[in-house]
Amino acid sequence: MVDVSTFKPNTVYVIYIAAAPERVWQGLTDPAFTRQYFGGLAVEVEPRAGGSFRMLTPDGRSHISGEVVEWSPPRRFSCTWVVEGMPGFAALPACLVTYDIEQAGGAARLTMTESHSWEIPDAILSGGRQGWPAMLSSLKSLLESGNPLSIKMEPPREMLEALKALKK
Amino acid sequence: MSKPSFVYVTYIRATPEKVWQALTEPATMKKYWFGAFAETDWKPGSPWALKFDDGRVADAGEILEADPPKRLVIRWRNEWKPEIKAEGWSRCTMTIELHQGVAQLTVRHELEGEGTKFIEAVSGGWPRILSNLKSLLETGSVTYETKA
Repeated sequence: MVDVSTFKPNTVYVIYIAAAPERVWQGLTDPAFTRQYFGGLAVEVEPRAGGSFRMLTPDGRSHISGEVVEWSPPRRFSCTWVVEGMPGFAALPACLVTYDIEQAGGAARLTMTESHSWEIPDAILSGGRQGWPAMLSSLKSLLESGNPLSIKMEPPREMLEALKALKK
Repeated sequence: MSKPSFVYVTYIRATPEKVWQALTEPATMKKYWFGAFAETDWKPGSPWALKFDDGRVADAGEILEADPPKRLVIRWRNEWKPEIKAEGWSRCTMTIELHQGVAQLTVRHELEGEGTKFIEAVSGGWPRILSNLKSLLETGSVTYETKA
């Protein structure tokens, strides 16, 4: 199994959702949910540490792939993450995405932590820093109101330029 | 080195005007800010205070910019926890932009000097408050009513 002990957290996003932790877990791990708020992508995950993790496009191509590092429903889901479906992204080292779900009063506190094994430039981090708030805001709307937000995200220009610079 | 800061972005299914109203109307603030509310006329140069529901002053300062429904800048100091007050002034910038029909609210809180406690406190507070605000505007109810 992949060793993530050297990964360091670079981006953290916390959001509170009026739902039981089990519902938030379902929102993160059930393709019927992720399709609605995660850019149309369907999660496909083998529910065990060491299992495979993928996010599939509507036509079935693998857009993101990785390995499950921790599967502890409904508290913690952690997996490595390589974006395969976009030019320039697949060459980056895998990042680690960890979702922690805790009970907070009558709500659930969801903490997303994106960690990296290398000195990743801020310009490349900007993609996640822009994307996570949109995705997780939409997840919250979906779980609370039944309706996701329709926000289409493009990678920030500074990120694309940094990826180009890495290749040289 | 950049100054100690915290940034939080949330997307809300509401018009920028509705978000602005929720950020500035005391009766609405109380619903999602755990009973706290602002006292100010929201004009640049005017004093601003954030009060707890029992009337004690939590934070105080001055309105630096107010451009409804897009941008609000407040000079902001904690007034009730001596160790946080000791870190001095901060600047809170709230921006609202319409993004594909959804309001994007960005709160950026930056300390003028050095320190860790103020930013730590607002890093814990803003996600709670803004999650509550989003729920209130989208569903009519807050995420939860008391601090957990």
